[in-house]
Amino acid sequence: MPQKVFAPWDDPAEKPLIQFRNVTKRFGDFTAIDNINLDIYTREFFALLGPSGCGKTTLMRMLAGFETPTEGTILLSGQDIGPVPPNQRAVNMMFQSYALFPHLSVWENIAFGLKREGKDKATIETRVHEMLKLTRLEKFARRKPHQISGGQRQRVALARSLAKAPKLLLLDEPLGALDKKLREETQFELMDIQEKTGTTFVIVTHDQEEAMTVASRVAVMDEGELMQVATPDRIYEAPNSVYVADFIGDVNIIEGRAHQAGDKLQIDWAEGQPALFAQTDKNFDMGQTCYIAIRPEKVAISAERPQGANVLQGKVLDIAYLGNLSTYHVQLPTGHVVKAQQANTRRISRREFTWEDDVWVSWSETAGVVLDK
Amino acid sequence: MRRFSAFNVVSLTLGFAFLYLPMIILVIYSFNASKLVTVWAGFSTKWYGELMRNEAFLDAALVTLKVAVMTSTLATVLGTCAAYVLVRIHRFPGRTLFSGMIYAPLVMPDVILGLSLLLLFIGVNIDRGILTIVLAHTTFAMCYVSVVVSSRLVAFDQSLEEAALDLGATPFQTFRLVTLPIIAPAVISGWLLAFTLSLDDLVIASFTAGPSSTTLPMKIFSAVRLGVSPEINALSTIMIGIVTVGVITASLMSKRAAVQRLKEEQTAERS
Repeated sequence: MPQKVFAPWDDPAEKPLIQFRNVTKRFGDFTAIDNINLDIYTREFFALLGPSGCGKTTLMRMLAGFETPTEGTILLSGQDIGPVPPNQRAVNMMFQSYALFPHLSVWENIAFGLKREGKDKATIETRVHEMLKLTRLEKFARRKPHQISGGQRQRVALARSLAKAPKLLLLDEPLGALDKKLREETQFELMDIQEKTGTTFVIVTHDQEEAMTVASRVAVMDEGELMQVATPDRIYEAPNSVYVADFIGDVNIIEGRAHQAGDKLQIDWAEGQPALFAQTDKNFDMGQTCYIAIRPEKVAISAERPQGANVLQGKVLDIAYLGNLSTYHVQLPTGHVVKAQQANTRRISRREFTWEDDVWVSWSETAGVVLDK
Repeated sequence: MRRFSAFNVVSLTLGFAFLYLPMIILVIYSFNASKLVTVWAGFSTKWYGELMRNEAFLDAALVTLKVAVMTSTLATVLGTCAAYVLVRIHRFPGRTLFSGMIYAPLVMPDVILGLSLLLLFIGVNIDRGILTIVLAHTTFAMCYVSVVVSSRLVAFDQSLEEAALDLGATPFQTFRLVTLPIIAPAVISGWLLAFTLSLDDLVIASFTAGPSSTTLPMKIFSAVRLGVSPEINALSTIMIGIVTVGVITASLMSKRAAVQRLKEEQTAERS
């Protein structure tokens, strides 16, 4: 039996768990969220990604109930949650600062929400133990937050927000305070816990790698608007705008004028340089400004002139050695710099190119994405 | 560390002599056998005995203590409420006016405050006594409490309160279970501050006291006008002693707690 791909957003019969309908949030004259429509489905791990001040945190705080929309409605399981105060929502949040209660032990922190529900002692005991086990914190139950390390505090915050088995868990930059190695481990732990508990996660982050790693879908935001909502591979391979292409990963952007040439697009981009060719489904008017976006790893670099659709000559300006990869910055006669990335399959002493070498960069017709904005 | 130069030694001596010489002289003379304050006639503790038999002083001490306890408690409740609203609710009409007005009694001369309260009490026809002193002391002590508590609230991570709400606590539960335990040290120091302010106030108490409610500072002041007696020196020495013991214990305790906490944090990070 083929495994069913998790993609409820492609299934028209699927009811979304959360629906933003024409939601706008203004603080005085400042528009933090500008007329957003967004559906998030049950069991999704949804990432809100964007630079600081793009409105992602405001969007999350509206889900938690700490902010109310100025216009529009937010539905949770079909119910308008606008008038529901935060303490009555089936939504829990993990705070960026963790917000652990400093005067309570790890055990009491996790039990806090359950006690407010008025659960009996035995139920609370069992549930807290479950959470401690899930987050591997059994040994630290009696400790106070200041008596445990940063990574353990992060897990307490997660356990506390999961204890009430919310329909929706919000994570505000949950890994921001951890160092890189611990952060990567914790990302997989988060995904694991999300799968085990079947909770819908919405994560806010400015770290694109983190969003790509953990999320089932990513929403790229800028200035209160959703730029693109799609799976991580779609966001990376088929960005819908220069902004998204540039925000996620490294990219070469070349601006030019479009000419339809049979089934492909011819892009004139500089005087005296050969036109570039690309395949695209989009229709462009004659002479319309367009942008071609190519990822550095899809650009080949060679000493001899290769065969192919898009071949340009230049000089090696800079080499960024990353260990497993090297990124070559190649300057074209026009002044444009094209980045080409190569895996370092040979030892560095046997590297083919060095600074100031004349090289050829090339890519195929399907390697790039043509964008109109 | 820099060495002590002659200049530093002189500065230190002068500064501390200025602060503590009067008190040292007072303490020494409280053990004077002579009735004359200025003549030393050998060591004796008899004035402490005399003091214990002086009913007027003991009554006044009791009144003062009652007033101070009631004042500090009332001032702490009111001051904390005021601080909470002024710090937490960022926008409401007249917020700037209110936050300015809460500090006004700090700079208002005691005489004016006392006089205005006296007029008020006469106006609404309350018999002057312990109650009126408590009310009067609360008016100015609560400003101090509010200053102390709001400085703690400003430094308080507001996401803690949001987390409590998020976990299903009502706003009142949030205050009782999260906010109050965390700001408790500030609330306690506010209480102690109000207690000492009430304990040593003379001016406002003089305006608002009734015939049967003389506080200790009032008693001492009136006694001194008839001449300083060694009994008063003894009384003052006792008060200095109590304050010293209190301050030293409090600072030792907080220092030990801080050291303990630092040690625990370091062990946690290493594990």
